[in-house]
Amino acid sequence: MVTFIQFVITGLRLGSVYALIALGYTMVYGIIKLINFAHGDFIMVGGYSLFFLIPVFMGLGLPGWLAVVPACIICACVGMLVELLAYRPVRKKGNKLTSLITAIAMSFVLENLAQAIPAIGPDPKIPYTLFSATLSIGGVAVSSATIITIVVSAVIMVALYFFTQKSRIGRAMRCVSEDKEAAILMGVNVNHTIIITFGIGAGLAAVAALMYIAQYPKVFTTMGATLGIYAFVAAVLGGIGSLPGAMLGGLLIGMVQSLTNTYISSSMSDTFVYLVLIVVLLIRPAGVLGKNVGEKV
Amino acid sequence: MKKNGIGRRYLINFIATAVFFILALVVCGNGGSRMKLSVVPSIWQCCYLIIMAASLNLVLGFLGQLSLGHCGFMAVGAYSAALISLAFQRAGFYEEKSGVAFLLVLLLSIVAAGVLAALLGVLVGIPALRLKGDYLAIITLGFGMIIVNVINNIPFCGQQGLGQGSASSALYATGLGFSNDEKVQYLWVALLTVILCLSLMFMFVRSKYGRAIRSIRDNEIASESSGVNVNYYKVLTFTVSAFFAGVTGALYACSNAALATTSFAFTNGSILNSVFIVVMVVVGGMGFLTGSVIAAVVLFLLNYTIKNGAWVAALPAFLQNVFTYPMLVYSIALIIVIVFRPKGIMGSSEFALCDIPKWKGWLQQYFASRKAGKEELRHE
Amino acid sequence: MSEEKKPVLETRGLGISFGGLHAVSDFNISICSGELVGLIGPNGAGKTTVFNLLTGVYVPTEGTVLLNGVPLNGKKVHQFVAAGVARTFQNIRLFDDMTVIENVKVAFTKDIKYGLVDAFFRTPRFWREEEAMTKKAMELLAICGLEDKADVLASSLPYGQQRKLEIARALATDMKVLLLDEPAAGMNPTETAELLACINTIRDSFGIAILLIEHDMSLVMNVCERIQVIDYGVTIASGLPEEIAQNPKVIAAYLGE
Repeated sequence: MVTFIQFVITGLRLGSVYALIALGYTMVYGIIKLINFAHGDFIMVGGYSLFFLIPVFMGLGLPGWLAVVPACIICACVGMLVELLAYRPVRKKGNKLTSLITAIAMSFVLENLAQAIPAIGPDPKIPYTLFSATLSIGGVAVSSATIITIVVSAVIMVALYFFTQKSRIGRAMRCVSEDKEAAILMGVNVNHTIIITFGIGAGLAAVAALMYIAQYPKVFTTMGATLGIYAFVAAVLGGIGSLPGAMLGGLLIGMVQSLTNTYISSSMSDTFVYLVLIVVLLIRPAGVLGKNVGEKV
Repeated sequence: MKKNGIGRRYLINFIATAVFFILALVVCGNGGSRMKLSVVPSIWQCCYLIIMAASLNLVLGFLGQLSLGHCGFMAVGAYSAALISLAFQRAGFYEEKSGVAFLLVLLLSIVAAGVLAALLGVLVGIPALRLKGDYLAIITLGFGMIIVNVINNIPFCGQQGLGQGSASSALYATGLGFSNDEKVQYLWVALLTVILCLSLMFMFVRSKYGRAIRSIRDNEIASESSGVNVNYYKVLTFTVSAFFAGVTGALYACSNAALATTSFAFTNGSILNSVFIVVMVVVGGMGFLTGSVIAAVVLFLLNYTIKNGAWVAALPAFLQNVFTYPMLVYSIALIIVIVFRPKGIMGSSEFALCDIPKWKGWLQQYFASRKAGKEELRHE
Repeated sequence: MSEEKKPVLETRGLGISFGGLHAVSDFNISICSGELVGLIGPNGAGKTTVFNLLTGVYVPTEGTVLLNGVPLNGKKVHQFVAAGVARTFQNIRLFDDMTVIENVKVAFTKDIKYGLVDAFFRTPRFWREEEAMTKKAMELLAICGLEDKADVLASSLPYGQQRKLEIARALATDMKVLLLDEPAAGMNPTETAELLACINTIRDSFGIAILLIEHDMSLVMNVCERIQVIDYGVTIASGLPEEIAQNPKVIAAYLGE
């Protein structure tokens, strides 16, 4: 029983981090129909920003977690830069395939650029540990980081949902993802909207980075690649382009991973994650909550 | 009359290839120790990069689907070749890596590696029927990872191989794994494999198969409405592409003393990873086989000079850092190529030996037209 | 074409609904060899949907399509083509990065007998079939007046010729029924006249059945022997062009009540 509760809690925690990252994938995909492979590396950017900023904040006598605010801003800037420098020019000239390849290349640029910066380098760094208190729920030890992770992600997701539904910018986003040409005709500034989407998605990645390093206090340049791929799988699983789908997918992937880790073997968790993905996509090609839009003849 | 022209082309290509083949063997066979220590192993590496790039081009360039798990097929090929040959060696079929018995085993391992990878290719091709573009890319990425993950977890492929020792990410015993001397001795195998694989791929794309899969790339709905069995050709392309990747795996097993699954990952520190293969195909030109070959060789040489060249050491510290992670250079190059030359650096017209005599004329024409263009500008 | 003939293409109570919306219902048509039938209707009437049903792109929720009396239920698009239904598209769909002659040759794919081994090793059979195919493709291009453009990229053709190439490609599938989806859309009068001549030649020399969707009323009235009118997915009239021109329902559908 204790194992089971442990498994559920781990699953929820992993899942909420994935869900946060998956939101970024889903928002960008919804709006420009591109898998932003570099999104995972925004987490890495967030992780290193936190690594450098937390000591500064502590030095100023502020709580360390506040560093997430400037980290969000840094991530958002990186996200917008990536869109401006790479994606936009390629979108103008190429097709979907070239955009996709650009995204993969961009991910490599970020990872390797980070490694080339002397202050970062290839070796993992250990950031300051946050939220180290432990609580006990029903005989199971739960770290406060876990609870904070789950609560914060839930709050962010709900907030984001209302943002896209009610706010002006949110409406513009949905408008562009529905029909770009019509959005232009309705006076929506499409490029502006895309940039903002990138900014928000990347900002969320910084929050995810905080959650992640609170749990696993280690930052390294390829941390985003694996995390990003899981989160991406979560986004696809839930139905890419759909916010509730991203949350559902994230939790599902978290659970699957936690399940294999607890009951089978941690070295097989990749296999099970991808098997779930493949099976779901074969049954529902657009994901669990996604809309299947066939090409019009 | 027209057929004679084609016949002449085939003859010229055949003779050129044969001359190249013999020349390469003679030069490498009689070279000194430098030849043996660095050039021949490099040629082996080049060989498998070439086939990898060309075979991925079938899927990426001709069928228009991004496959991110191409190295997974290579892993399957490498492990099958290594284990099959190991089984024969343990059974006492051959001891020294020479003689007819060994050659037979080598041939068998190469073919078996291709066939096993092709079987997996069918498996990957099936999701390709329902999904395309981004979704398919991620599925192939997943397949690549599953393959690596599974290999890591079966004791049969771990440590001493064939169930000896526990499961691990590396296989230390293989029946192939040539030493430098043997690499020189069996260079002809590598070269011949490359030549054969490339010719087969050329024949494939220049037949009804090539036309059908290019039509799917250009417009799937129209292709289906022209009577092309889209599903069949998609799976077929994945299978054929996987077959050649598997053959490459066998070559890889020949040129490496031990196998590690990390060498076949989606991304890693070396240049053999699924992403780098995509880089080669894009830089060389999608749907342009000669381009893939040239890009594979050029990028290999580039990588080699970055890794071993003296000029890197002469650079300022920050730039040196950049070149320690050459993937950065390649990915930036990739983005630049995509932005400025979406069809690849060399454009998309196939290179043909018979056209060499016409080059002078083409160049003259090109310069004449440029000159004319400038004159026109001046007049305006 | 004297004998009282059986229809080549026939539909019985064909219909499809998308989530409760009846896009097309109870659609019946029968076309004989050598006949040219027009299918007209206001925008959004379901004309292209009918084409998609006739070519297997959509699976009908009711009714059947019969070709020479054989039902085509459950067949895939390429099997419809193999059975003898070919089409062109409203928005041109060519293989842009392939040459004109390759575009036509793609349509021969299903009839080519050589296999992988022949292709890999360039057997005499491969050469024989490829050569025969090139010859046939050139003949088809000649009919559509494209023989001198055989080796240019399809995307570099002017608009009118792209439409003709689509027709040539459809012809290459060796069909019994040809479905043309707004072949004259966006063409100027000269191009339209050329296209008409081309369509007439095709009908006369191949003796096939042609079903044509068109917005250009004068074109439809001039060339079609029979016309069927649909509105909101329902057939509202069918008959000779003169009858249709007089039919009050048709006039109402086009001009509004």
